[in-house]
Amino acid sequence: MKTGQSYQVKDMDATDEMILKATQDGIPLTGSPFRHIAEKLGLTEEEVVERIRLMKEKGIIRRFGASIGHRDIGIVANAMCVWNVPDGMVEDIGRIMASFPEVTHCYERPRHPGWDYNLFTMVHSYTRNDCEEVAARISQSTGIQDYRLLFSEREFKKTGVRL
Amino acid sequence: MIYLDETDKKILNTIQHEFPLDTHPFLKLGEGLEISEEEILTRLRRLQEEGAVRKIGPVINRNRVGGTSTLVAVKVPEEMIDKVADYIDEYAEVSHNYLRPDIYNVWFTLSASDEERIQEILRELSQKTGLEFVNLPTVRLFKIGVRFNIR
Repeated sequence: MKTGQSYQVKDMDATDEMILKATQDGIPLTGSPFRHIAEKLGLTEEEVVERIRLMKEKGIIRRFGASIGHRDIGIVANAMCVWNVPDGMVEDIGRIMASFPEVTHCYERPRHPGWDYNLFTMVHSYTRNDCEEVAARISQSTGIQDYRLLFSEREFKKTGVRL
Repeated sequence: MIYLDETDKKILNTIQHEFPLDTHPFLKLGEGLEISEEEILTRLRRLQEEGAVRKIGPVINRNRVGGTSTLVAVKVPEEMIDKVADYIDEYAEVSHNYLRPDIYNVWFTLSASDEERIQEILRELSQKTGLEFVNLPTVRLFKIGVRFNIR
């Protein structure tokens, strides 16, 4: 396994990378959660916050906030809905699917022999029934009828992207 | 299951996407929600301890930090599932791994420094398990924005 690799991005310097590494497992729940990192890096807390804000603006981080243990609070149904969408329609249909608030992810992926599904949407909710109902509404509004719902039955791993 | 009262829900719905980037973020958050900083911190400590909050931090955009990511599907025979899942989870590059019973039943996401490393991991996994790992990289991204509406 490779370790200690460095990600060279034009918009990001070594200090930014150190801030990401220091915060990726979560900031402490204290009144000044950035103080310790700032001291370690020889920056002010304001500078740390400003760098995080800039990384967000540049798209290096998608968001800064809480990751929810959704299963533990009852959002136990998690469906990957896969759709067989005619190639020429993917752009339009993908946009429609993405516009549903219940859809958290929407990607086009290649088909594979024996696997015709090329659009993938994730739907999270409290019950399987909720997810099925959302998929039925998506199907109705897009006209795509060839789809499957893959419910997750076990979570082997979930860490999020780490540096 | 973790019990949430209305105030907990309000905090959780807010801090997923509107966490204030401030030197005193919890104070600021409390101002917006009309809850004291102390109460916010007390509630969040319980929520984090019990698992309602996994962490508060950056969600890194892998594609912007010079890496690449993909979704991989495998058909794993029932009796091999635990073993294969363990092999997969060993890689630090694996960020999510789920059992989703269907034609392909094990689905995981890989996020690595480059395409070569992805290919290397898939080759190693094939060798260890004798199974075919179907690589389904993103062709187009329409949406990514996990946000739970907690009710």
